Amino acid sequence: MSSADHFWLGKLNWDSIVFSSFLHNPSVSEAVASAAGSIVIFATLATLGLMTWYRVWGMLWSEWLTSTDHKKIGIMYIVFALVMLTRGLLEGMVMRAQQAAAPEGFLYADHFAQLFSTHGTIMVFFVAVPFLVGIINYVMPLQIGARDVAFPVLNQISLAVTVSSGLLMMISLVVGEFSTGGWSAYPPYTGADFSPGVGPDYWIWAIVFSGVGTTLTGINFTVTILKCRCPGMRPFRMPMFCWTALCSSILMIFALPPLSVAALMLGLDRYLDFHFFTNDLGGNMMNYANLFWLFGHPEVYLLVLPAYGVFSEVFSTFSAKRLYGYKSLVFATASIAVLSFTVWLHHFFTMGQSPTINIVFGIATMLIAVPTGVKVYDWMATMYRGRIRFTAPMIYAIGFLILFVVGGLTGVILANPTVDFQVHNTLFLVAHFHNVLIPGVLFGLLAGYNYWFPKAFGFRLNDKLGRLSAFLWIAGFMMTFLPLYGAGLLGMPRRSFSYMDLTFKPFMVVAFIGAMVILAALITIVVQLIVSVRNRNQNRVPVGDPWDGRSLEWSIPAPVPSYNFAQLPRVTERDAFTEAKEQGYAYQPPKVYRDIELPKNNSLGFILCVTSGVLMFALVWYMWWLALASALLILGAVIASSFRWESEQVISASEVQSDTERWLGLVKKSQAVDRDFENTPQNTGYAKLEH
Amino acid sequence: MEGNTAINNPSTNPGDTPGALHKDPDVAIFGFWVFMMSDLIFFGVVFAIYITMIGATAGGPGPRELFDFGSLFAQTMLLLTSSLTVGIATVTMKHQRSQASFLFWVVLTLVLGLGFLVLELYDFSAMAAKGGVPQRSGYLSAFFGLVPLHGLHVTFGCLWMLVLIAQIWCVGMVDIIKLRFLRLALFWHFLDLIWIGIFSVVYFGGWIYG
Repeated sequence: MSSADHFWLGKLNWDSIVFSSFLHNPSVSEAVASAAGSIVIFATLATLGLMTWYRVWGMLWSEWLTSTDHKKIGIMYIVFALVMLTRGLLEGMVMRAQQAAAPEGFLYADHFAQLFSTHGTIMVFFVAVPFLVGIINYVMPLQIGARDVAFPVLNQISLAVTVSSGLLMMISLVVGEFSTGGWSAYPPYTGADFSPGVGPDYWIWAIVFSGVGTTLTGINFTVTILKCRCPGMRPFRMPMFCWTALCSSILMIFALPPLSVAALMLGLDRYLDFHFFTNDLGGNMMNYANLFWLFGHPEVYLLVLPAYGVFSEVFSTFSAKRLYGYKSLVFATASIAVLSFTVWLHHFFTMGQSPTINIVFGIATMLIAVPTGVKVYDWMATMYRGRIRFTAPMIYAIGFLILFVVGGLTGVILANPTVDFQVHNTLFLVAHFHNVLIPGVLFGLLAGYNYWFPKAFGFRLNDKLGRLSAFLWIAGFMMTFLPLYGAGLLGMPRRSFSYMDLTFKPFMVVAFIGAMVILAALITIVVQLIVSVRNRNQNRVPVGDPWDGRSLEWSIPAPVPSYNFAQLPRVTERDAFTEAKEQGYAYQPPKVYRDIELPKNNSLGFILCVTSGVLMFALVWYMWWLALASALLILGAVIASSFRWESEQVISASEVQSDTERWLGLVKKSQAVDRDFENTPQNTGYAKLEH
Repeated sequence: MEGNTAINNPSTNPGDTPGALHKDPDVAIFGFWVFMMSDLIFFGVVFAIYITMIGATAGGPGPRELFDFGSLFAQTMLLLTSSLTVGIATVTMKHQRSQASFLFWVVLTLVLGLGFLVLELYDFSAMAAKGGVPQRSGYLSAFFGLVPLHGLHVTFGCLWMLVLIAQIWCVGMVDIIKLRFLRLALFWHFLDLIWIGIFSVVYFGGWIYG
């Protein structure tokens, strides 16, 4: 708040723009930064230009941006996550290149530090979280037989603030610089004394706003699962994915507040000269470490549990078997959710606790391996003597099963405080958490993407390319991260922008080649999407059940109508749709068609996306007038929307009837397809009974 | 407004009547409970920070120099009474007494809430006059991280009441308004509970251990 700041522009001036640093100092490091900034600008302009060229703005506004439909919100979440994944992955490439090129290298230390800070922040908060929230959003209401989530407008708001904080991350590439304090942003380093720039402020506001979005999402999902299930859908009849979504949502509700508190307190320290975490005047940074990891550890399970859910669905569907040990999986999931709150201290064994406390937390950490082990055995038993098809989701799932066990075992190694003292802060740790997050979370999300894509868009993704990208991910992951275990054991510190000891070099070169393979995997995903969209007419599955699915989402057409179910289903068994197919009551018309009320479109989400984005930007750059104005706009928009009395639209019974009859006619005409022809044009989504 | 039957018939699961989902009052109330649990964690964490920071006064003024228990007693009475009046308003609504008597109790609650805020701000300025500003020490940072957080919640509750009064002005006591008021009342009681925590932990605890 220095008086030197400009009234209108705050701290902002021409030198804040990334290109000006390049002009002042034309080095490779600055060139990379400017190139990244240019990519953001050109990609934005190109997207906007293409949208104008194809005149999609009206459609985009009425069908997507103002939609309160959980399916569309889910898809938007996933698109956003994939865009952010591309950025996070490219940052990983650049870092791998830097470490492979070391000791010469081409990046400045500060630039490298910004890269690992944004990479971590983006991958956790803007890839993993929105991706899983998107999949849960799309799938969970369908699996429990609901018309939408409990609070559709709130859902829209969650998406809005998540996206606006993601955009803030993107803006940080062009204007100013990002934090150099890592994704965990430990003070006092990130405090005003040591990081006077705007970097940590970008981090703080992106975290606070996306954190609000995630908390609200957690509330929304929890209430949906507990209160909006269709008749007969008892808790122990829910698909496994819903259980994991429930546990993950509960973690969102309880784990996000400590993060918000930590980030806001860091903000108070930086903006108003408070002393929560400063070195002087009674501040205590250990409070930050505790708060951050009180969030950070449950966060890991928040991410991985829904992936477990996806894998449970995939193993069971592609083995054509009931999920083995359903109840043990439910209890294992719940135990993991509870235990995840009891282990946070293992993130800082070396920061001065007594050995007794370290041992308690070490043992608690090792305990988590027990329920996880139960799950691994359940999944293997599900496959045992099943009719296994090696489709893309299944390749991801099997890759996960093997690699995740390795990641889990290195976790147990790290849980031992004496070992941790040796390898903490080395690449061993980096290898470990990538080993759980990539095969665990990302493989799960990508498996889910391949698995549910036909449900969302009505046609299958090209399975050959899907399998190729899965294999590339597996190979790329192993080449990139397994060498880091070795380098870490040799003592190479994490986050090093360079090193003098050439023993590390071969490891880094292999890791770099692996990173290229991962890039190829990402490109394959893009190619797969393009090829599949082009060939969509041969791959359509309008009947809606391409994989002989077992849960309710497969019992309705693909793509799913806006109201989901013509009549809410009545469930009598677990694996409700398999039961219906076997008892012969699948594909029956409802006895009576009724009008269906759905939430109306609402522009509140979009307004909040823009205003919260402006608010964050204004706060980062100390433009107080703008911050105040946008905060008032946010308040005004929320209050104004509470004066909307008509929030429902009606889909008439006759429309539902004609939709349903057309679909049932299609079912009659369709040829039931054998599992051997699952990925051929013969598969129109009508599965043949094989019992 | 439609949905009157839904209000009288809260159910755990919506039936297959179309649209029932979005009108089930049970869902809205339960959702608000879940939100409050999340908010409770938020407060709980800030309480924990405060407790660890008792004593971190760095030579600056501490609880014994700063707290004014006379004013605190008045604040507590105002807030507890407002919880009573909001409860009476709920009962008035339940027994469908006149809109005027309902509004009377809501406005009284609002006035008591605003009175609490005035006294709290007066307290803060008195503390500042004695050098008790958050920039002075970790302890005072923790104090000003927690107590005004509750004050902000009360401010938000007052704003909510104003909006609700305006909405009753517009459309009368329709079901959706009743549902919103039920949640507001829950929120207000919740803030009372937090205040009791603040009074016991921040003020008494600070006085004893500070």
